[in-house]
Amino acid sequence: MKLSTNFVKDYIDIDVDVKQLAEDMTRVGNEYDSAGKLINATKLIIGKIIECVDHPDSDHLHLCKVDIGKEVLNIVCGAPNARKGLKVIVAQNGAELPEKTIKKGMIRGQESNGMLCSIAELGLEHKFLKPEDKDGIAELGEDAVIGEDPIKYLGLNDDVIDFELTANRGDLLSVLGMAYEIGAIYDKTVKTVDLSHKEYGKDLNESFKTEVKTDNCKLLLVKKVENVEIKESPSFIKNRLIASGIRPINNVVDISNYVMLELGQPLHFYDADRLGKKLVVRMAEKGEKLTTLDNIERTLDDSDIVIADSTHGVGLAGVMGGLETEVENDTKNIIIESAIFDSVKIRLTSKKILRSEASNRFEKGLDPNRTYMAIERACTLLEKYANGKVVTGIVKYDKTDNKEKEINLEFKNVNDVLGTTISQKEILDVFRKLGFSYSVKGDIVTVKVPTRRLDISIKEDLIEEVSRIYGVDNIQGKLPVVPMKKGTFDKTQREIRNKMIALGLNETLTYVLINDKEVHKFTLDEFEELKLLDPITEDRNTLRYTIIPSLLKIYEYNNARGQKDISIFEIGKGFYKKGEIYGEDTKLCCLMTGKYSIGLNHTNNVDFYTIKGVVEEILNYLGYEGRYSFIKQEMPKEIHPGQSAYINVNGTDVGIIGKLHPNVSKEDIYVFEINLDELFKKKVGKMKYKEISKFPSVKKDVAFLINKKVVSKDIEKVIKNSGGSILSDIEVFDVYTGKNIDENKKSIAYSLNFIDNKKTLTDEEVNNLLEKIIKNVCDKFGAELRK
Amino acid sequence: MKEQINKIKEQALKDISAVEEIKTLNDVKVKYLGKKGELTSVLRGMGSLLPEERPIIGSLVNEVREEIEQAIKAKEEKFQEMELQEKLEKETIDITLPGTKIKRGSKHPVNRVIEEIEDLFVSMGYDVVSGPELETDEFCFERLNLPKGHPARDMQDSFYITKEYLLRTQTSAVQARTMLANTEKTPIRMICAGKTYRREDDATHSHQFGQVEGLVIDKKERNVSLADLKGTLEIFVKKLIGKNCELRFRPSYFPFTEPSYEVDVSCFKCGGKGCSLCKQTGWIEVLGAGIVHPHVLEMNGYNPELYGGFAFGTGLDRLAMFKYAIPDMRYLYTNDIRFLSQFDRKDEE
Repeated sequence: MKLSTNFVKDYIDIDVDVKQLAEDMTRVGNEYDSAGKLINATKLIIGKIIECVDHPDSDHLHLCKVDIGKEVLNIVCGAPNARKGLKVIVAQNGAELPEKTIKKGMIRGQESNGMLCSIAELGLEHKFLKPEDKDGIAELGEDAVIGEDPIKYLGLNDDVIDFELTANRGDLLSVLGMAYEIGAIYDKTVKTVDLSHKEYGKDLNESFKTEVKTDNCKLLLVKKVENVEIKESPSFIKNRLIASGIRPINNVVDISNYVMLELGQPLHFYDADRLGKKLVVRMAEKGEKLTTLDNIERTLDDSDIVIADSTHGVGLAGVMGGLETEVENDTKNIIIESAIFDSVKIRLTSKKILRSEASNRFEKGLDPNRTYMAIERACTLLEKYANGKVVTGIVKYDKTDNKEKEINLEFKNVNDVLGTTISQKEILDVFRKLGFSYSVKGDIVTVKVPTRRLDISIKEDLIEEVSRIYGVDNIQGKLPVVPMKKGTFDKTQREIRNKMIALGLNETLTYVLINDKEVHKFTLDEFEELKLLDPITEDRNTLRYTIIPSLLKIYEYNNARGQKDISIFEIGKGFYKKGEIYGEDTKLCCLMTGKYSIGLNHTNNVDFYTIKGVVEEILNYLGYEGRYSFIKQEMPKEIHPGQSAYINVNGTDVGIIGKLHPNVSKEDIYVFEINLDELFKKKVGKMKYKEISKFPSVKKDVAFLINKKVVSKDIEKVIKNSGGSILSDIEVFDVYTGKNIDENKKSIAYSLNFIDNKKTLTDEEVNNLLEKIIKNVCDKFGAELRK
Repeated sequence: MKEQINKIKEQALKDISAVEEIKTLNDVKVKYLGKKGELTSVLRGMGSLLPEERPIIGSLVNEVREEIEQAIKAKEEKFQEMELQEKLEKETIDITLPGTKIKRGSKHPVNRVIEEIEDLFVSMGYDVVSGPELETDEFCFERLNLPKGHPARDMQDSFYITKEYLLRTQTSAVQARTMLANTEKTPIRMICAGKTYRREDDATHSHQFGQVEGLVIDKKERNVSLADLKGTLEIFVKKLIGKNCELRFRPSYFPFTEPSYEVDVSCFKCGGKGCSLCKQTGWIEVLGAGIVHPHVLEMNGYNPELYGGFAFGTGLDRLAMFKYAIPDMRYLYTNDIRFLSQFDRKDEE
């Protein structure tokens, strides 16, 4: 809401700097975006052209001698309307205009000491201007006094504050509402609104009817003004509209907007001669057509409120009038509609069609008393500025309850909520400043809330008023005195994050919204994807199920910027619908490619075993050691079938690991993802001490030549079963294929550790076991011992 | 014989000092002290001596032997010392070459801020809770006093999946969940940080962003006044943004609190004089807060006549930007490795 301070000063006497006013309003909760002069220009002066001749070296420039009182300036001017005798706006040397600074100069060989300005050059938005304001220099009236301030002469010496109001303060979408608020700050009384006018002829109720067919209209008022004279508005109306961000059109249309700005009640003016004898408010029929003011045919819905005459729709209530009954230059008689429509319905319609100054006010809710006031005010102004004759009477439909609300408030309650010791007197003073009447009985004050304050309905609202006007800054902060307790906090996610970081991975934060084409990739799970009803872009139209596509995008972004060594992870949500259940799981996802460690002799490229190591490290750290396995099954087609597995904990797949399929990326990229919610369903045992044997352990290395297809896990199983309880550890320390080895075979070497907690092992004992192991492995897999 | 022995001694000592490598030292040892060595043969000749001379010569020989042994030992030690020096010399490397780069991971700045906030509030006895990101209209809006059609819903343009399900627009949704879940209706002190989503995307708004929400519910006359809220947020802001910053409570409007405030801090860049960061106002808006609206208490099972509360929330992305002087919100979600890997050390206290 742009507030013209000239406008508000009609209702309240203040003499405060505009910045100060804006700051003071901010302190009571009305934030502003900007505050300053309407016209930001310096060194302007009224002058008169006393001589105007053509420039000798130009076909359009003029050489003007301009009298500015204290001196006569030579100014070169290109405006076609520059002529002798004209009173003009002169920007003197050094003048700062919104788009230029005026300097003394030579224009095609002729000295120029300043500039003659158009209205547009003063910095008003072009949409508010008439063509002549842009095409030529401003032509001031004969009454303009040479040497004086042209901005003042034009009535543009206004200050404007652009407020960003909160959604609950619909009352501040009016100059009068602002006056009450400012009055509360500076303890000033608000002046009354002039509603006086004469009325003529027979009561309007005899010739005009209204009919309201829907609950969505609670109040409908109609008056008629005849014989209006359509012309340009007086400059104070135009200037205030411009300062408030509304384009002046003609006096009649401007008055409807002026009253809306002044009192917050949008009005609609119909050309009475193009409207029937009846105004009907009803819900639109589905598919009903209506051509609005902007000459667009709208197709309506049964949630739109329509204003109709006895035959068809003539306006979209609260949002936009119809083209057919629009006030035009030849309009003589006017029907004024002042009404209250359901705010939710208006919101729906305006969202669909157009957000306007009017719809904004309907949406925030209106004060019925203002609805009455506004229609009378419009009559007053039409009489005064359009020579209209107001027809006697008002056609009225009123289902509102416009009594002032009474709220009881205990003084103690104020101080309890605010944590203060504000006195009764100070509390009552706040209500007085706000213009609320009240009565006190014992410890309780009964406040009558004016109908304009739709935002106040419970005692907490009144407490807020006290805190606003008393001043939050005057309330001292204190520390709550609370019973001691330990905050509960599941740190598991954080610990996983720290572990991943300790393993050298960079944590990312990616968007959960992805393209629907990506959602079913990297998974064979069955689920229904969750698409947004109204996405911003197609690239972000669906909630992700796995995080892998997100990390792959991050890989691509970095790879394109020359970053080849990427080890990243994220803990985030994956979303789904399974059956009727909408759900989300927390997932740990990781992507690794390029070099993992870099050193003089230690450079190491990421491979399957690197990322598998990360998974094992995380699972071991979380206490799942010995309870997980990597299982080969059918893989999603985006994963390399020969370098991938499901991560299985105690019989349940909790994740996936693998290299990306060459069809997805030609680079060697490895990923894993673990569903942490699934994982944590598997409980882990307590960490506790295991006895360390007092007896020495014996280490034996053994290598087998074995068919390539035999997997290590199976060999380990045979070794373990053969080794029995004293075989404490099996570790693969070398796998070799190639030179000196049959091409169908591999050499695989294990380091076996034997230990007994009860005695020292003898060589014989260990050797016997080793022989048994070797024999079993060789028999089972057709392997041979590699010497 | 005495003379002969002394001669041997002198010759031996001379030979020892002339030795230049450890191998020849052994030769010298054998030459004089070995089984067929010179001193040994002197001893063998002792049979020809008079009985009274034998002890004298015997002890002389032993003395000399000891002396030679000492000399050899000293020489040996010298050689060992030299050898060690040589080894150390040989093993000397260029210590200015770089150390092996053990990969150091990094924590995302937004999560760093979350952890800092969680730790702070846990230390004040708050519980850390979480809630779903895929929320229902009921919890995201209705139970927070934002019925369908409420104009304040405009402030939070939402991503709906169905009529009922949407991506939560605010962590405040967790307020209602926490109150309802507390079936005993005992006091609450909770903090909840997480992702939130709104249907807007421009230079200063990301459609996905982080928020943190705090809620305290207690018996009405205890610990839940505006003054308590002010005190709590002063601790929060001073810890997160800076010891010296000032707070300004500015009355505002949120449907779930009454009274409601937006909290500004004095601009930490210009100190309040006005700069581009604070848009010349000297203040930066950092928090929304207020006294829990009685309708919210009531809708979530707390009797507003007996219980009261305060709540506050803030955007994490901006806090992270302030903390690490990150100039553009979008950097947080671009995940450039060169950006991420900057956040690889411990935060200063």
